[in-house]
Amino acid sequence: MSKEKFITLQSTAVPLAVENIDTDQIIPARFLKATTREGFGENLFRDWRYDVDGKPKAEFVLNKSTFSGKILVAGKNFGCGSSREHAAWALYDYGFRVIISSFFADIFKNNALNNALLPVQVSDAFLKNIFSAIEKNPSAIIEVNLENQFVKLPDGAKESFEINPYKKACMINGYDDIDYLLSLNSEIKEFDLTQ
Amino acid sequence: MTKPKTLFDKIWDAHVVKQKEGYPDVLFIDRHFIHEVTSPQAFDGLRKRNIPVFNTKRTTATADHNVPTKDQHLPIKEALSRHQVETLRKNCAEFGIELYDLGHPFQGIVHIIGPELGLTLPGMTIVCGDSHTSTHGAFGNIAFGIGTSEVEQVLATQCVLQYKPKTMRIEVNGNPGRGVLAKDIILYIISKISASGATGYFVEYAGSAIEALSMEARMTICNMSIEMGARGGLIAPDETTFNYIRGRKFAPQGEAFEQQVKQWKQLKTDEGAAYDKVLTYDAADIAPMITYGTNPGMGIRVTDRIPTAEELKEISEKTSFSKSLEYMGLEPGTSLLGQPVDYVFIGSCTNARIEDLRLVASIVKGKKKSPNVEVWVVPGSKQVEEQARKEGLDKIFESAGFELRSPGCSACLGMNEDKIPAGKYCISTSNRNFEGRQGPKSRTFLASPLSAAAAAITGKVTDVRELL
Repeated sequence: MSKEKFITLQSTAVPLAVENIDTDQIIPARFLKATTREGFGENLFRDWRYDVDGKPKAEFVLNKSTFSGKILVAGKNFGCGSSREHAAWALYDYGFRVIISSFFADIFKNNALNNALLPVQVSDAFLKNIFSAIEKNPSAIIEVNLENQFVKLPDGAKESFEINPYKKACMINGYDDIDYLLSLNSEIKEFDLTQ
Repeated sequence: MTKPKTLFDKIWDAHVVKQKEGYPDVLFIDRHFIHEVTSPQAFDGLRKRNIPVFNTKRTTATADHNVPTKDQHLPIKEALSRHQVETLRKNCAEFGIELYDLGHPFQGIVHIIGPELGLTLPGMTIVCGDSHTSTHGAFGNIAFGIGTSEVEQVLATQCVLQYKPKTMRIEVNGNPGRGVLAKDIILYIISKISASGATGYFVEYAGSAIEALSMEARMTICNMSIEMGARGGLIAPDETTFNYIRGRKFAPQGEAFEQQVKQWKQLKTDEGAAYDKVLTYDAADIAPMITYGTNPGMGIRVTDRIPTAEELKEISEKTSFSKSLEYMGLEPGTSLLGQPVDYVFIGSCTNARIEDLRLVASIVKGKKKSPNVEVWVVPGSKQVEEQARKEGLDKIFESAGFELRSPGCSACLGMNEDKIPAGKYCISTSNRNFEGRQGPKSRTFLASPLSAAAAAITGKVTDVRELL
């Protein structure tokens, strides 16, 4: 089934300079009770975004009018912990299409790629540059170019990023893994019999 | 001569259906476990495509994450939770999948029931929409957590698309000291390599201290592999493994079992096989452990002080460190010994097996809990609960003032009714101390079942060795 296609994106970004952001922070377990994929954006970063009475916390970046955009820039080891794909759904539902960090947890990375949310891994030094560019100018436009695999800042500073060619093709064409696996059905059936 | 291979490589290579340049491997999955939280959207995907489950015999379901641990015979009170469990029932019935529902004698935490039913066997590939699937690796198989899109892949095709991770060998040799359990060994390892130190790797645990462990203890070790970022962890099967599996409900029986054992004995890393990384630890350096921060890598020996920001190696970690201590309401450079606790949680896929309950009972017997703590003992499965009652452990817990509940994930994840209130301290045998993990603003100390039991008696963080 086709997903949203991703080729290149130019957007302002939201900075979240915290390391080891686990998926329990992205979407706490008590909001995992839905049986569909939609609507999780409402509770994205719930306990950082709202206090216990549901009042928005002014100091949290998503509640600051200064910052907005389709790119979230976060500290290293983003998405660690629970395998809940709801974390990727929540980020996407909120409106993010790219997460930039200097390191991603494995399961989160797969989940993001399976949901048209592009994880972009840059060096620690470049991540610092991005944070300071946004801090200097919250309306700075950052370019994430998947086709040519680079991130570009307004001052022209550029860094390339890695992505597996298969996953890249899936993102650009909006393919999903099941289409590919289903095309191997007879080979898998034979394999199953040998197990 | 063929190139020597690691155990991980042997199992992986034996399950690759298709390998194609530039593509991830198509990995065949022998055993798939599902539960109510991460499967509904996957079944919806099958419906949308109008396709059946590829092989219903390879998937087993249970309800564990979002279930109450009290009055399980009554309808679930909370509407959304009830709907999620009912959706699992409906999906399993519609697609023909075996479900161990609430009230079934085999129900329990998914990673506890797989091994105890003999569904988890050496040499397999095992997945589940849950990161603690790594638990099953204790039997010498490749077991890892997946997301819901991947659950759908497995239901539809019995395969997942995966890149082969790098391999790491973690060796622990020698004899751990008094009061040191498997939980302390793994918390120690994670404190050494950090919450992200094994990301991109699959770990093989080895060494004399690992070989000496029971299956229950090995499961505790493998369970927390994900807490250092590893996709999974495994231990080569041996006599301990075979003895555990022998006679289990769905394991091969009689002659078929003996034949299997002959094959399982081949499941070990070849002499001279290369790992991408090797780490070695001395068990004698390990003491009862406890975490002080908000990720499982922030652990210390219970007798050590919390580090100060200056003592941290990486400058970048310092901001997270202060944020973490502030959340926990703790001061750098101080000792946790004597720190009052409000709740004690003994449960989860990390430490809710019969051996864990026996250990707790062993030091609680004849004692009473401290009046300022609430203590929940949540067995990992109906079978564990039954066994505990048969051995009279329920009586020991009852007279100590502990509450013995019904099986489920309970207070490990702050999803079902069992939550730790805001600001309260909980010493917990579970696996994660993330902010709000056990309930909004709850504060978690991860520790072993013995350390948790000691805190239940004294009402504060205690060096369990004083009670032994």
